Amino acid sequence: MATTNEKDWPLWEIFIQSKRGLDHKHVGSLHAADARMAIENARDVYTRRNEGNSIWAVRAADIHASKPEDQGAFFDPADDKVYRHPTFYPMPEGVKYI
Amino acid sequence: MYKISLRERVPSTTLATRNTFPYIMPDSQQESLFQQKVDAEQKIEPRDWMPDGYRKNLVRQISQHAHSEIVGMLPEGNWITRAPSLRRKTILLAKVQDEAGHGLYLYSAAETLGTGRDEMVDQLLSGAAKYSSIFNYPTLTWADIGAIGWLVDGAAIMNQVMLCRTSYGPYARAMVRICKEESFHQRQGYDILITLSKGTPEQKAMAQDALDRWWWPSLMMFGPSDKDSPHSAQSLKWKIKRQSNDELRQIFIDRTVSQAEFLGLKIPDPKLKWNEATQHYDWGEIDWTEFNEVIRGNGPCNAERMAARRKAHADGAWVREAALAYAGKKSKRNAA
Amino acid sequence: MSEQEALFRYTLRMGDNSLVLGHRNSEWCGHGPVLEEDIAQANIALDLIGQARNYLTYAGEVEAKFRPSALPTGQAGPLRTEDDLAYLRGEREYINVQLVELPKGDYARTIVRSFLFDAFHLPLQQALTTSKDERLKGIAEKAVKEVTYHLRHSSEWLVRFGDGTEESHRRAQEALDDLWRYTGELFTPDEAEEVLAKAGIAPKLADVKQEWSATVDRVLKEATLKRPADGWMASGGKKGIHTEHLGPMLAEMQTLQRSYPGVEW
Repeated sequence: MATTNEKDWPLWEIFIQSKRGLDHKHVGSLHAADARMAIENARDVYTRRNEGNSIWAVRAADIHASKPEDQGAFFDPADDKVYRHPTFYPMPEGVKYI
Repeated sequence: MYKISLRERVPSTTLATRNTFPYIMPDSQQESLFQQKVDAEQKIEPRDWMPDGYRKNLVRQISQHAHSEIVGMLPEGNWITRAPSLRRKTILLAKVQDEAGHGLYLYSAAETLGTGRDEMVDQLLSGAAKYSSIFNYPTLTWADIGAIGWLVDGAAIMNQVMLCRTSYGPYARAMVRICKEESFHQRQGYDILITLSKGTPEQKAMAQDALDRWWWPSLMMFGPSDKDSPHSAQSLKWKIKRQSNDELRQIFIDRTVSQAEFLGLKIPDPKLKWNEATQHYDWGEIDWTEFNEVIRGNGPCNAERMAARRKAHADGAWVREAALAYAGKKSKRNAA
Repeated sequence: MSEQEALFRYTLRMGDNSLVLGHRNSEWCGHGPVLEEDIAQANIALDLIGQARNYLTYAGEVEAKFRPSALPTGQAGPLRTEDDLAYLRGEREYINVQLVELPKGDYARTIVRSFLFDAFHLPLQQALTTSKDERLKGIAEKAVKEVTYHLRHSSEWLVRFGDGTEESHRRAQEALDDLWRYTGELFTPDEAEEVLAKAGIAPKLADVKQEWSATVDRVLKEATLKRPADGWMASGGKKGIHTEHLGPMLAEMQTLQRSYPGVEW
């Protein structure tokens, strides 16, 4: 647990969608006793300047993350799969809408 | 969230099993890789390997910075109830509220390093942790609110802009957010002083008096001179800091002089003089005895500031417990 | 009382209520029980002071229209700005309800006071969104969103306290019992409120009370708190007769404007 002392409010990670149509983006964390409070605190803390359209709050303890030492094995193999990118396929001049 | 994984760091016994997956490097090799990353301007992220000293240094610096935001609410908060117009009142309240938000962003960044906010707050309240000495000076007149915005926030911004490029990712991201929000703080302070300096002789005197009292403490905010700064060299190497205390202080002075001239106020330093050769201002000597005394707890308001924070924390204990007790009951009821 | 004069007194009261409560809430900034609540209280205070500025500005404009000045030219009276009204009226000229001026007390008192006021303020503002007065309607449309949040904040905290620990329950019940006698005044109309209710400019307070009462019952039940019996009720705020607490608050708030008259800040 991020907070070991049980007298303290748990830590929540906050994700904000700034506009309709955009992804929710991680903005930081805060402490709250429950989910409702987490969302309201997030509203007060992270959207004071009109930055918000929607808020997600996740208990920090519930997030699982990949390990830095796995970075190579996880992500490097994608490096040489250039055929996944459209620029890999040159189109003859005159071919349109593709 | 990072704490779990940090505590999961692979025990050193696995160092023996170097051919297994994942491959674990010895610390010396890790350290040189770490430094390479820093030198290549790659951000260090919470779960990356980092030297213990780097982690400690960061926790110390970020939590000090967070404490400064929180304690810094007090001298300005002192004038929220007395702000001279409704417009000024809302601006000041929004500004002090921002400080609370910034403290929170910073605690949140420090928590990614495995130290809980409760632990950091305990360190502040026990007197073990430091905060910026500037907030141990009293706000005596309305002009002080102007001077704090102009000089204190001005000095803080110099430091914060630099820290947007600090090597630790969460700290840099918090600083970017803070810098965006801070930009109005310095201006609102200067705006107060513009009004005062265009006002009655009494108002002008109020502004000059504030500058007289806040100028030197603002210069002290950049910290000890480079030659006496214990953490500076290592911080620069790790790119936690990007510019030295003395460099930042000089830039601040160079920028501020003309702003004071515009207000028709005199900076209280008889040695202040433009130097053609260096293209910088020459200036007098900081009273380091005062600086050290304030840091040691002997500033005019150290005791009051700590008493106010301790009282808020103690008075709030039952509130925090109640919220937690209710959350516990509710989740039990939901489970049933 | 003419409709214009009633409108002046009404807007002034709306402004005074929001300003005084906003001021009280702002006293938590830097001293709250947890950092997140400092921020929440400051947001609420900012909303309230923003509302006060709208109402007081409007009050000044209304006043200038109906109160021909003592000037021999017979022109409209000098326009009092939001700051003239906020900073240069004494406590006998403030006409807010007494509930909002009481000291902030502990956090239970602050929350209970806010709750009792918010539960009144929300249906009032909702009703004002259909006011025949365009300005009041406009102010209310913005305020409804703000006050909805205030009520949500204070209700949730009240439930946490009531249904939290023994101590928080005791503190909340005590605050509720103490503050109850200040709720009567919210719903006792003065002449201005009666005139405007007849004109369709402001709601009947009896209607607002019904909603208030329902909200109070619902939230207190969830909070496991007991609704106090309606006994003797304090009053006088609407006539400018206050508790001993408003004077010192205004003395503090107005100190600069009073010490340096006629100066720009």
